Amino acid sequence: MPPRPRRPRPLSVVGTSPPRLEGAAKVAGTARYVDDLEFPGLLLGRTIRSTVPRGELLGWSMGRRPRGLHVVSAADIPGRNAIALLEPDQPCLVRREIRHAAEPVLLLAHEDRDALASVAVELRERPRKAQLDVRASRSFCKEILIEKGNLSRGFARADRIVEGEYTTGHQEQLYVETQGVIAVPEKDGVTIYGSLQCPYYVQKALVELLSLPPERVRIIQVETGGGFGGKEEYPSMIAGHAALLALKSGRPVKLVYDRSEDMLATTKRHPSIVRHKTGVRRDGSLTAMQIDVLLDAGAYVTLSPVVLSRGVLHAAGPYRCEDVQILGRAAMTNTPPNGAFRGFGAPQTQFAVEVHMERIAEALGIDPLELRRRNALRPGDTTATGQRLGADCSALPCLESAVRRSRFVARRRAIEKHNAKARVSGGPLRGIGLALFFHGSGFTGAGEVKLASRAALELTPTGARILVASTEIGQGTRTILSQIVAEELGWPLSRIEVADPDTREVPDSGPTVASRTCMIVGEILRRCAQSLKRALGRMTPRQYLAKNGPLVVTEQYDRPKSMHWDDVHYRGDAYGAYGYGCDVIELEIDPVTAEVRPAEVTAVQDIGRAIHPVLAAGQIEGGTAQGIAFALAEEVVMRDGRMANAQLTNYAVPTPLDTPPMQVEILEFPYGHGPFGAKGVGEMPIDGPSPAVVNALRHAGLDIRDIPAVPERIAGLVDSMRGAAT
Amino acid sequence: MTTWTSPAISSMRLERPRSLAHALDLLEADRGLTPMAGCTDLYVGIHFGSLKQRRFLDLQPLASLRKIQKRPDGTLVLGALVTYSQCLDSPLVARALPMLASAAKEIGGVQIRNRGTLGGNLGNASPAGDTLPVFLAADATVVLASARGVRRVPISQFFLGYRKTARRHNELITEIEVPPIAGKQWFRKVGTRAANAISKVVAAGVRGEGITFALGAVAPVAMRAYAAECALGSALPLSEAHRALRSEITPIDDLRSTAAYRARTACALLTQFWSETR
Ligand SMILES: Cc1cc2nc3c(=O)[nH]c(=O)nc-3n(C[C@H](O)[C@H](O)[C@H](O)COP(=O)(O)OP(=O)(O)OC[C@H]3O[C@@H](n4cnc5c(N)ncnc54)[C@H](O)[C@@H]3O)c2cc1C
Repeated sequence: MPPRPRRPRPLSVVGTSPPRLEGAAKVAGTARYVDDLEFPGLLLGRTIRSTVPRGELLGWSMGRRPRGLHVVSAADIPGRNAIALLEPDQPCLVRREIRHAAEPVLLLAHEDRDALASVAVELRERPRKAQLDVRASRSFCKEILIEKGNLSRGFARADRIVEGEYTTGHQEQLYVETQGVIAVPEKDGVTIYGSLQCPYYVQKALVELLSLPPERVRIIQVETGGGFGGKEEYPSMIAGHAALLALKSGRPVKLVYDRSEDMLATTKRHPSIVRHKTGVRRDGSLTAMQIDVLLDAGAYVTLSPVVLSRGVLHAAGPYRCEDVQILGRAAMTNTPPNGAFRGFGAPQTQFAVEVHMERIAEALGIDPLELRRRNALRPGDTTATGQRLGADCSALPCLESAVRRSRFVARRRAIEKHNAKARVSGGPLRGIGLALFFHGSGFTGAGEVKLASRAALELTPTGARILVASTEIGQGTRTILSQIVAEELGWPLSRIEVADPDTREVPDSGPTVASRTCMIVGEILRRCAQSLKRALGRMTPRQYLAKNGPLVVTEQYDRPKSMHWDDVHYRGDAYGAYGYGCDVIELEIDPVTAEVRPAEVTAVQDIGRAIHPVLAAGQIEGGTAQGIAFALAEEVVMRDGRMANAQLTNYAVPTPLDTPPMQVEILEFPYGHGPFGAKGVGEMPIDGPSPAVVNALRHAGLDIRDIPAVPERIAGLVDSMRGAAT
Repeated sequence: MTTWTSPAISSMRLERPRSLAHALDLLEADRGLTPMAGCTDLYVGIHFGSLKQRRFLDLQPLASLRKIQKRPDGTLVLGALVTYSQCLDSPLVARALPMLASAAKEIGGVQIRNRGTLGGNLGNASPAGDTLPVFLAADATVVLASARGVRRVPISQFFLGYRKTARRHNELITEIEVPPIAGKQWFRKVGTRAANAISKVVAAGVRGEGITFALGAVAPVAMRAYAAECALGSALPLSEAHRALRSEITPIDDLRSTAAYRARTACALLTQFWSETR
């Protein structure tokens, strides 16, 4: 592809914020989700799950069976009893070995909900000793080593060595719509209607499970009420279950989880333990970074190797250092497998490095702001994998803008004065904290080359129709992809349509994950639009169709020529582009309750180009709220390998009232291979809030290294701090 | 909306009374009939399958139980069907029982405040019910009616054990009577988040001629902290009041909090009550 000519004309669709295409239907309640769909003869499905975290299934017995009950066990699986993803280790239904306490064992279906619920099933399980402690686990599903320079040389140059350990807990994605699918048996295959992010992942899994050719496994994504990564992999499991029931019963089967089952059985963010050992000069420059990352993978491999990969690739933060060693391991335990969640390992490792940076500043007695200024990546610097950063490396501009907008220095001084008084009076303490972070857009390393995503544009009499498997899950995919195409064609947005993601109709544009939809798929579509424009010449679509018949233009991912990646040694260009961000969070601590109330947030993020500024700001606000709750509120209580608080009553996902006012600023340092310069925006906003919160708590006097920092965990610190003051 | 293909709409039965007398007759006749007000507690039990009852008495038609009134003697009378939103809108509540308005403001979210009732909060008798400490601190009286007559039970004798009350199966809570209160009223809820949260600790108190201080979620029932009140009343140092308080509460570890946090926060609330009502 020849280099894109610089575009002198101003953009007319990209950079505006039209109403989102499906917005009106969602607001009016006419958008139809899985649970709204009806089929003649529909059965309802139910899943019977293991009750011990580890053991053997010896058998099962069933009480009275209502007439018309259908039962599926592992013996009914026509193909391979595994959920095809990275490794085939996770069974679709337990045959004998049980590795966690929410494993699917049996499937039931009946047309009547009460009859279905009334069936009593007793499993005979022989429990075995479960591994519930990730530190004690010696079973690793992935190890990654990144080495740059020479660590001992780096430590030798240091004036000081600062060490620390930082931990993060599980987090539940908590999409508003729970997991759900409908499987409809067809003459020679099956059709799935599902709430999902990645239609082709589900197809691939069902092809193996059902031993059917891909063309007989049709996957249709219906309107989806959120995903946050939680609908990247699990839909393959639940779709497999519904399909097995549908094929056995010969009737459509609906399987929709209630909230408790969803929280108990589906994936969550990996808990992490990250250790840092850092060499620093007196002036604050980093001479050596040794980082050890341990993730709790849970009972099966799922996506843990790639979550770990993104985790280690972000573990050094947006900082320059010549001598670096990062060791990452994902360890197996007997808890439900953890998986994809917005940020995908990066929020955990950047929590650690950003809190550690604050402790380094403290150890050296220098301003944490200065420490970051000194070390932040600049254009021309290299990352831990040796990737040389281009002119769009904006860590410093993000930092400076956030500091300016939040009046960080003045506020910090004012707060210190306030706290000096509050420590005496016993009033609320305040704190202000900052975090600098980055996030790679798209699949890691050679991932995009392997995916070889394709997207297409179909000419319609009035315009063009987008054909992609990339899904709208609430983030605005339909709208932004249409804007990109409309802009390139020079047409108004109203002339662009978007086909429903249906594996029979659309090419595989890859999964809707990894902040790749806008930057990667958007760019392929922009190239489709370019080709379409060329094909049309001076003709209108109607004229073209009359003269030449139908036209579909398909383009495939095209690797930027300069991008190289060595997957064996983890060297080279880990990501096509990085977004950068800086969050400043001011908060208040109530000494009476040890509750922390975030008071004000400033979030500055460089996303290359905001295709739709309102939606982009929405991503930043939502991710920031989710990140604050990750730090302060959301605690998954695990007991005997099960989530004990799998109810919204007891899992403290925040409400709007818990969410502070936010000042969002979008910076645009364009990426040459993204559509109109765009980088990813979906995940990055969740990387910064948790360290910014904890650094603000440190500013207020609380030495916290583990999150969530719920009142129960920090009350002791709050009390002893007050005790010391009075 | 899900439309199940099932022919049966529901296996549950709902009675709609024409009047209070009719409602009481229905209750008298059927031991298994469960009163149903805003249904915000009952529905949770039905949804999770923990509620076994299948026959319900709909109290919504009983308009007479929706009133907020003040008697000439100054007693505030709150009907059992009064909702939290009503409490927030009521000048009578704002004047006579501001701590109830404070509680109402922090209960559930808007939807729950529009449906949930005071009678339901008492009837449900959760140790974490937010209005319970308010009525305990106010020395309220629960009015119970049956086909056989009316009983008045002091609130301090209403809660018998974990989710157990003095209400008999044939009785309805019809009103809550709150005597005139002299002194400063105080309320604070400590929940898991800013809205739609169940209390980890909740407290209400009155400081005037006498001192009352009541707590929720630190024992199997909402309770008056008599020993702590006594310590405060005899002008002992706060540390003594804390010691007294710790001796009378029995907080537990559960999914929302820990016994240790509850105990330390109960004491911190007592301190805050005392300093803010000075
Ligand atoms: C999302 C959510 C948030 C909530 N937040 C809070 C909160 O912040 N604080 C809080 O305290 N509670 C909260 N609750 C619980 C509930 O809303 C309250 O307890 C409410 O007051 C119950 O009133 P109701 O009218 O809905 O009761 P119902 O559900 O109708 O009944 C509750 C119980 O009381 C009995 N009952 C009801 N009325 C009478 C009567 N007149 N006579 C005799 N028995 C009666 C019923 O038989 C039943 O056992 C919440 C509930 C939900 C679902």
